[in-house]
Amino acid sequence: MILIHCPYCDEKRPEIEFANAGQAHIARPIDPSGESDADWETYLFIRANPRGRHHERWRHVHGCGRFFNAVRDTVTDKFETTYKAGEPRR
Amino acid sequence: MTRFSAFSLFAKALSGHQDWPEQWPDAAPKPAYDAIIVGGGGHGLGAAYYLAKKYGITNVAVLEKGWIGGGNTGRNTTIIRSNYLYDESAHLYDHAVKLWDGLSQELNYNIMYSKRGVMMLAHNVHDVQSLQRHINANRLNGVDNEWLTPEQAKAYCPPLNIAPDARHPVLGAALQRRGGTARHDSVAWGYARAAAALGVDIIQNCAVTGIRRGADGAVEGVETTRGYIASKRVGVSAAGNTSIIMQMAGLDFPLESYPLQALVSEPIKPTFPCVVMSNTVHAYMSQSDKGELVIGAGTDQYVSYSQRGALHIVEHTLAAICEIFPIYRRMRMLRTWGGIVDVTPDRSPILGKTPVKGLYVNCGWGTGGFKATPGAGDLLAYTMAKDEPHKINAPFNLDRFRNGRLIDEAAAAAVAH
Repeated sequence: MILIHCPYCDEKRPEIEFANAGQAHIARPIDPSGESDADWETYLFIRANPRGRHHERWRHVHGCGRFFNAVRDTVTDKFETTYKAGEPRR
Repeated sequence: MTRFSAFSLFAKALSGHQDWPEQWPDAAPKPAYDAIIVGGGGHGLGAAYYLAKKYGITNVAVLEKGWIGGGNTGRNTTIIRSNYLYDESAHLYDHAVKLWDGLSQELNYNIMYSKRGVMMLAHNVHDVQSLQRHINANRLNGVDNEWLTPEQAKAYCPPLNIAPDARHPVLGAALQRRGGTARHDSVAWGYARAAAALGVDIIQNCAVTGIRRGADGAVEGVETTRGYIASKRVGVSAAGNTSIIMQMAGLDFPLESYPLQALVSEPIKPTFPCVVMSNTVHAYMSQSDKGELVIGAGTDQYVSYSQRGALHIVEHTLAAICEIFPIYRRMRMLRTWGGIVDVTPDRSPILGKTPVKGLYVNCGWGTGGFKATPGAGDLLAYTMAKDEPHKINAPFNLDRFRNGRLIDEAAAAAVAH
């Protein structure tokens, strides 16, 4: 089990307190009816799935309940950093 | 190639089984092929075999970055079934089940396909309704599936706890009698041996590092760790690493890769006659011919290529196993491992052409690719040979994520897919 640092609680807690919420920094369409089918496909379904550095969202479900972003290596599963939602991509 | 038979077995026994020849040659890459398959698992080897056997393309190479069958083919729980809800899925998976029948004879290799039955448990009213809907849908598609009462389920699988006050009460079960297991390593080895005998080059320790495309965008060949290999037809069957390979051709795929775990117990005498799955509490189990209980756990919740998973995932599954089959509570587990599964948004595979001419794909089988091995191999071979999908795999195209015609087995099959 991995340990995750929650940037709001400022504590390292076990993974079972958290829920992964998928790839980070995916912007919702501002004008949904103006989007093409290809735009919708990219927004809904296409994912980075990198082998290495990955930006993802986590939610501290059994703690503060808040969403935050993280950078993790998908080969070693080691976290590089976690940061609050709304902060720029690292 | 030595043909295996009772006679050859007897003859070699006289010399102490010391002089069996190698089953297929360890090939070195040639400069060019008519077709290349990326990925030497069951699906890729199957595709190469059917290209040579059914579609007359024998100048084929299978490129494997590690060793044959060392990926998910050697890491799964060997379950075979076709009781999927939607018409497209039922046809796809049943195509594979039909090919499993007689495969040992066709390959002259004992893959130990055992039709011991796959039983799915219902623990609540929703499960009962959902499984009965599956049974009706399956029967309309010509796929066998039948409803068992708790007593019938217990008779079919005696270790099952059907006490009404059990933690996970059994309200009934759906049984597909044609479902079962096969020996996963034998499937890879059998296909490799049969394909090599037809002229296919099986090339191990050869990772693809790039896909070369011509001025018109069509595939011209692949860069590998063992040099450039030219081919105008490249089929990618790389499971968890498909996203990485596809990015080499400039394609972003609707896939995410997760670790999926399985484990086996210490070997015991035969006690468990079938495969039992419980989607609701997420446990599934069978007993191998070696005597080990083979148990499938769930995926981790995050994208990873680590080929190992977290212990709490295993603990969750074992807690359910101990409740459903109390006689195994004091069993010790011997080994646990992980494989990387490529999951699509609708939990159905992608099998067909890509926007790049000459590039074909077979991916997205998620946590349930082993059962489809012969079918996926055959259909990828068909698609590559004819440059158009077979009517069985036509619905499983990449375009469905753009036009919205999903085959949403995510809801239909729940977790144990």
